[in-house]
Amino acid sequence: MIAALVTLSIACLLIGSVHIDASVVFGILRGHDSGNQAWDIIVTQSRLPMIATAILAGAALSVSGLLLQTTFNNPLAGPSILGVSTGAGLGVAIVMLAMGGTIGGVFGETVGSYMATLLGGLVGAAVVLVILIAFASIVKSSTMLLIIGILVSYLASSVISLLNSVASEQGLHSYVAWGFGNFAGVSLQQLPVFASIIILALAASLLMIKPLNALLLGTRYAQNLGVNTHSTRNLLLVITGVLTAVVTAFCGPIGFVGLVVPHIARLALGTAEHGKLLPATMLTGAVVALLCSLLSVISPHGIIPINAITPIIGVPIIIYIIINRRRINYFN
Amino acid sequence: MAILETHNMAVGYGQGKRRKALIANLNLALEQGSMVALLGMNGAGKSTLIRALTCDTQPIEGELLINGNNATTISKKEISRLIALVATERIMGGGFTIWELVALGRHPHTGLLGRLSSHDREVVDKCLDDVGITHLAHQHVASLSDGERQKAMIAKALAQQTPIIVLDEPTAFLDVASRIECMRLLHKLAREQSKAVLLSSHDISQSLLLADELWVITRERNLITGTTEQVVMSGAMNKVFDNASIVFNSNLCDYEAQLPVVGSVKLSCNDLRLRRCMVNALLRNGVAINEDSHITLRVNDINDITTSTGHIIHNIKDIATLFQ
Repeated sequence: MIAALVTLSIACLLIGSVHIDASVVFGILRGHDSGNQAWDIIVTQSRLPMIATAILAGAALSVSGLLLQTTFNNPLAGPSILGVSTGAGLGVAIVMLAMGGTIGGVFGETVGSYMATLLGGLVGAAVVLVILIAFASIVKSSTMLLIIGILVSYLASSVISLLNSVASEQGLHSYVAWGFGNFAGVSLQQLPVFASIIILALAASLLMIKPLNALLLGTRYAQNLGVNTHSTRNLLLVITGVLTAVVTAFCGPIGFVGLVVPHIARLALGTAEHGKLLPATMLTGAVVALLCSLLSVISPHGIIPINAITPIIGVPIIIYIIINRRRINYFN
Repeated sequence: MAILETHNMAVGYGQGKRRKALIANLNLALEQGSMVALLGMNGAGKSTLIRALTCDTQPIEGELLINGNNATTISKKEISRLIALVATERIMGGGFTIWELVALGRHPHTGLLGRLSSHDREVVDKCLDDVGITHLAHQHVASLSDGERQKAMIAKALAQQTPIIVLDEPTAFLDVASRIECMRLLHKLAREQSKAVLLSSHDISQSLLLADELWVITRERNLITGTTEQVVMSGAMNKVFDNASIVFNSNLCDYEAQLPVVGSVKLSCNDLRLRRCMVNALLRNGVAINEDSHITLRVNDINDITTSTGHIIHNIKDIATLFQ
């Protein structure tokens, strides 16, 4: 997996919509002047941040999916399915429109404006998570909870559509672009903020390995093992909310990664033990996001949206898992 | 001294003024080295009592002492080192190997990250061995039978190294063989490792055989306690069910349905095993056994049944015709 991560990172450096020779790329990385200023900018200010963003966003979404699957005891949970991404998207849309600006790649001229966007995303994600917690205590069936997540997601989408109907043409255009999903939305200047929030939240998730394992036995056993299940669940949902909201605010609502990657990691490892599963999920998430990122720029006809690629990878895996669920041990 | 005691405890539902006591005036004592079976019909409050005794819920009256300390003053972490729980529900977590599952029992003894020391690993290995599932250590939980799963959960409880193990209907979903095996294992652990084992059960015959003490919840929601023999001899077993046609047969050490009877016979049969079968066959067909009956049924073999009135019984289903 680490080898795949390195290979894909290098591939993403070398391949892009503008062709630059490999030797020139490595030259630029070593600090040599390539003699072409545009190439310098493409490598250091576009491709490098994009690789870092893809790695972090992939890991963040995947971990967020794993935490949701364990918290709700539901293998089909994920930030996009449960509506957390859409909630974050709604928050972002409200903030952007309220500020009269646009969403997406061009947002965040000043630190203040993208902080506001980020906050909008966080609040949106938090609202959806609170709704989910409330319903989780009423409806015991995990299928019903999924359906509620999907409904909440539809509701948020319709509010976004309403907002868009009053938005300017330019605003609408950049919203649509943002909705495609894009790892190029984080500039080199924004990267430190993006990276530090995500790394902090990922580190926090690593501290939750022990209670996560206990939760797999169900709340009663977890309590008997000394876990405060109530506060643990809230903490897990806060981490999930932060991870999803930050990625969604910067990169758009990216589907399927959060749902699928934990399954890939489980299938590969053959265990549900979070001590192994959580790091593996992070790594796999980074690899999958890099792969999507690479596929999005590989076409000679221009950039393919990330959200056009993730279902192509994700759907077959989910169908495989559903069909083979009796054979796959962690379902039972 | 009892490791777990209750003083005038009442358990039930709700809080404040709306609370409703299900069972009150509980003065219980659980001793180390003995196994207690909690019996009662469905809805009698077995699970409610167990939830209170495992500090999952607060008693609505009275106090619970564990190791001499009031339970309300003991932290959750500390309780997880005093009481290990095995619940009825089939667990999730099919993706754990058995070893990993049992290692979860070490949680109360490990640090923030749950890293296992070499001592923890030895304990896990030993618990697997004590329960007799070492050979399953690397299999996934999902691939086990229900009986094996429950044994793994017992091993998890052992790995917690608590003086008390509480099991809420641990054998409910098990087949007869696994049920007996599970109960024997618990009895053995109580004796050999000096654990205080409390289990709720519907398995009357195994409980009477293996439990040192019985806690019986009657239909009036009183809890009768004592050694198994005391409780059986006191007739308390007949106060459990609402249904008058369900009676406790102390010869069989189990409950049986009181079936409508059309007549009675004296049974003459030398083979004890055959005699036991014939008692059931006769009861099922409405005939009781009465040593004073004027009809004697001679049974030499399943296919050789005659009566003192000269009848040959070809089919036991026709036995009632004797009384028409």
